[in-house]
Amino acid sequence: MYREDQFPQPLPPGESIVGTNVLRKEGQAKIMGQAQYVDDLTYPGMLYGKTIRSTIARGTITAIRFDPHFDWSAVVVADYRDIPGRNVVLLIEADQPLLVEREVQHHDEPILLLASRDRELLEEAARHIQISYQEKPAVLNMQQAIAAGESGDAGMIIRPPDNTIKKYCIERGDLAAGFRQAEVIVEGTYRTGLQEHVYIEPQGMIAIPGADGSLTLQGSLQCPYYVHKAIKTLFNLPDDKVIVIQTTTGGGFGGKEEYPNMIAGHAALLAWKSGKPVKLVYDRREDIAATTKRHAALVHHKTGVTRDGRLVAADIEVIMDGGAYATLSAVVLSRGAIHALGPYRCPNVRIRARVMATNTPPAGAFRGFGAPQTCFAYEMQMNRIAQTLGLSPLELRRKNLVRTGDLTATGQQLNLSVSAEQVLEAAVQRAQYETERAAAAKSSGSHQRLGIGLSLFYHGAGFTGSGEARLPTRAGVELLPEGKVRVLTSAIEMGQGTETVFCQLAAEALGIAYDDVVFAQPNTAQVPDSGPTVASRTCMIVGKALQDAARQMKSRLERFAADKWKAPQARIHNGELWIDHRSAISFAHLARQYFETEGELRVLHGYTLPPDIKWDDETYRGDAYPVFGWGAEVAKVEVDLDTFEIKVRKCVVAIDCGKALHPLLLEGQIEGGTLQAVGQATIEEVIMENGRVLNDRMTTCLIPTALDAPEMQVVLIENPYPFGPHGAKGIGELPMDGGAAAVAAAVWHATGVLPEEVPLTPEKLYAALAQAQSAAGEMRPGTAGG
Amino acid sequence: MISTIQAWSPRTLAEAYQLLTREQGRIKVLAGGTDLMVALHARTECPPAFLNVWPLAELRGITETNESVRIGALTTYTQLMRSTPVQHHAPILVEAAGVIGARQIQNRGTLGGNIVNASPAGDTLPVLAVLEAELEIGSSRGTRLVPFNAFYTGYRRTVLAADELLLAVILPKRRPPEQQYFRKVGTRQAQAISKVVMALRLQQTQPGRVDFIKIAFGSVAPTVMRAPLTEALLQNQTLSPARIAAAREQVMAEVQPISDVRSTADYRRTIAGNILARALYELGQRN
Amino acid sequence: MEIHFEVNGKACQVETPPMKRLLDVLREDLRLTGTKEGCGEGECGSCSVILNGEVVNACLVPACQVEASTIITVEGLADGGRLSVVQQAFLEHGGAQCGICTPGMLLAATAFLEENAAPEREQIKAAIAGNLCRCTGYMKIIDAIAAAAGSRLERAD
Repeated sequence: MYREDQFPQPLPPGESIVGTNVLRKEGQAKIMGQAQYVDDLTYPGMLYGKTIRSTIARGTITAIRFDPHFDWSAVVVADYRDIPGRNVVLLIEADQPLLVEREVQHHDEPILLLASRDRELLEEAARHIQISYQEKPAVLNMQQAIAAGESGDAGMIIRPPDNTIKKYCIERGDLAAGFRQAEVIVEGTYRTGLQEHVYIEPQGMIAIPGADGSLTLQGSLQCPYYVHKAIKTLFNLPDDKVIVIQTTTGGGFGGKEEYPNMIAGHAALLAWKSGKPVKLVYDRREDIAATTKRHAALVHHKTGVTRDGRLVAADIEVIMDGGAYATLSAVVLSRGAIHALGPYRCPNVRIRARVMATNTPPAGAFRGFGAPQTCFAYEMQMNRIAQTLGLSPLELRRKNLVRTGDLTATGQQLNLSVSAEQVLEAAVQRAQYETERAAAAKSSGSHQRLGIGLSLFYHGAGFTGSGEARLPTRAGVELLPEGKVRVLTSAIEMGQGTETVFCQLAAEALGIAYDDVVFAQPNTAQVPDSGPTVASRTCMIVGKALQDAARQMKSRLERFAADKWKAPQARIHNGELWIDHRSAISFAHLARQYFETEGELRVLHGYTLPPDIKWDDETYRGDAYPVFGWGAEVAKVEVDLDTFEIKVRKCVVAIDCGKALHPLLLEGQIEGGTLQAVGQATIEEVIMENGRVLNDRMTTCLIPTALDAPEMQVVLIENPYPFGPHGAKGIGELPMDGGAAAVAAAVWHATGVLPEEVPLTPEKLYAALAQAQSAAGEMRPGTAGG
Repeated sequence: MISTIQAWSPRTLAEAYQLLTREQGRIKVLAGGTDLMVALHARTECPPAFLNVWPLAELRGITETNESVRIGALTTYTQLMRSTPVQHHAPILVEAAGVIGARQIQNRGTLGGNIVNASPAGDTLPVLAVLEAELEIGSSRGTRLVPFNAFYTGYRRTVLAADELLLAVILPKRRPPEQQYFRKVGTRQAQAISKVVMALRLQQTQPGRVDFIKIAFGSVAPTVMRAPLTEALLQNQTLSPARIAAAREQVMAEVQPISDVRSTADYRRTIAGNILARALYELGQRN
Repeated sequence: MEIHFEVNGKACQVETPPMKRLLDVLREDLRLTGTKEGCGEGECGSCSVILNGEVVNACLVPACQVEASTIITVEGLADGGRLSVVQQAFLEHGGAQCGICTPGMLLAATAFLEENAAPEREQIKAAIAGNLCRCTGYMKIIDAIAAAAGSRLERAD
């Protein structure tokens, strides 16, 4: 095998791949404009699709009239009667129809579908359809939903018995005893608004009917197997007759978790009916008006504390607005509720949470998944407690933050990778929190006020509770004849770096070069079900399964080599096969040998939950997550008291990620999440009017530009999680959770008024400051001078 | 349908006049397209034909006379920002141009387009109002000059006749010690439509004493508006804290904002007062 | 109407309705799909191209206004397989995540660096303020552009 003149030697050091900033796998294609997004694809004979939507929030369709003077011959029209299977968009519940049959539950609900070769004709055709309704009084917000549920106003019950989609109660300790023990009781109510994802690539899907009665869906999506399941149900098709392929996805942030089921169903129905490929790509207005948003939330805290600032009792009520259908509301609420206490010790806790149905477009998954809402509330409540007790916000947090061995609200003992203290101190130190705060205070008096605020937060990585145990997560690798290895997974790339990090993990586990690992396009006909690309689970959960699969492949190949060359030991190392301590052949050569002798090699591996994780779905007690990611942020803002504009100048974010597999991508992801949170805190608003999104354009539904972005500094802390690949934990959502609270705390510092709501648009800040100052009998803000 | 919309691209001004006269209102003038293409996409505007004036060299260029600066209607915001005479005589026009959209819009949007589009939120409009610009308007019937402050007759309405074309904007030259001030309040730092936009021109011969003052606002009324009552209140007065406070109250009474998808009337009114007070305070200090 | 213009150094001739968007002419008639549509109304900058040396939104330019123009799209930035300095910097500094804003961002940066070879960070921000990105928080993009400017200076030396 090896040359005889070669002397045995110890293995040279392994080339590190994990932990280095290798070039993004699909980076070159993106940078050259070659990456194929759904709208870049076209097929012979392809039609374009269009969705006709309701123009009321609630009511009954009484008539649909197609203008008889219009030439309909070149237009395919589909309605619910064309659906071969069940008219439901399958998710947690089967309550949402693909197309309205009679009852409209929200504005912009899909009713009819059109397709044509000619997009202009499609627009013209849409203008020749008239839908008549008998309108019903609509439940427009969660307060109305609750009121109707309580009063039993049957006309306003849209989800029996009381408009509640789901509720939970998490209890630990003795709440009444806790409050008796308390020396001070602090109460506060906090609100967070709807938030739009504003992925820059709108939702889009292409459906291609096969001659064999199959359906192939290609599109911008996070969860290929969700779409697979939804289409099977809609069309009564077996597994192998539905193929879902992810195209390069221009941002998701949760917005392409469940909604693609809907648009895929629509494209598929038109393809089914017309027998032709159909492309359905939303224009921005339709995307903003009809797709999911972050749940609006209202959170009430009542906290009992001792005078020196220890939490002894917390009674928390969380209410979210789920919109017209259940979608993922139950699990969004669950995550929000579980995180609602914050990373703080408190022996006596009750968290009651419910999500209400309203006649508004359904809310859904959005990065953070309920946690940013409750995080804003618990952090503002901590600030209020600090204010009440005359303690510094930092001191209060230091006193109460959880440490190893402490219990969470669900009774989970925190044993692994607990870093609340580390991230807090790291952020405070890097930002020079105390010094900066003192300096900012000196600037007070001028109309431009500086403020420094902090937040401390955590995010459970992976699915909540028994989720990961129930899901058959699988990922794998296959050997290619040319000596490369292909990663097989349905976890998708949407900018967060899956392709790169997975190729790093596989390369390192196999002992081959990063460049020799490629990533298979997620295609349900070719890759296993790795579960959805959500919940900060890709790297930690799917990555772990992948790492195990790659290790297995490595040992199989090594066994094969040892057998073939009758060597006591064979090792794949740095892209070469080492036999008897001598470098023998390249990995490519080994692969060819394997193919010639053994044929294909494909290794899939399932994810197994670490031992000793116990969760009770009934009582909502136990280990809610395998582990938490930890974060702390210090934000610096400038508030203009003439215009009430908030300029976020700087954000320092400390994140415990377990292990930074690719520091550059990780920082990029943290910075991106941090800016989304800055947007959520300041300008990102979805304005509803009679159940309709009023600001359904990019010129009115604003996100930060480069000039609005603060300078960001990321501090990475690596407190390894033993069951993650190389110690890594999921942190994709984490930076979204605490950002708004840090900005709001900085506004509090700048203005003296503690915000109770985000987004803090200038209009809202103006109102809040005017109210606070009229209450204090001071001069109105903005008066010139000083 | 967009594919059936015609576009005429005249090679000379005379040809453009002929087409305008012939088509009488059935044709819409298209300059840089930054507003009209949006309207077309949103289907809020769908005329049968456009008159594409973009290639007309006669509508370009910035020239100076002893008294004035003449800016061709097709001058883009980027060109305004780079023009030495504009920088010198109308620095607030440069400022306004620099906060419209971002680069992409500044490279295509034109001063003439901003004027004729007649949005109450047009960022250059309060500037032109306080500079007391004149508009040079032409048609096959001849050329006329219209004071900018007489150009708008109501919400999105102007004195421009169907056969007329805006040719140029004429700005009087700045005479020191005249001060200029501009402030835009949008929701974000770029790519923002104004919620309140203000321009101000002030002359103080003695420190703190107002020799003349011109104040104009956008986004707080159906058209760009001057604030004559506030101007009168300040005329020949000293910029004392009390006087500034009075001007603030006066201007809040004078603006007529509405609540819409971008902001509230209450906010706009207060902010108009605050930014005026801030401007007067700063300009008073600066002199 | 028939329009004639140059795209990425190649002469093109397209028969098109006069008010068709340059964006659609590029994507549909010329199959240059690297230019992306994010909003269709000049807000997001995903469709940025360089038109006669200036960055513009291709969704706001009608075909009738590009007669005799010179256009550069993302497909025209690399020299054969060799990435431009700006592209290389984006690749190395994490300037692209989901990639949908990247073509427009690259063109805005390229046009800007033609005018300003040694920009300040704030100037870079202003130069890309018309290009929305939802993934990066902009920091890595700004880093990449600053690095590209630096490497240009090195080359000029």
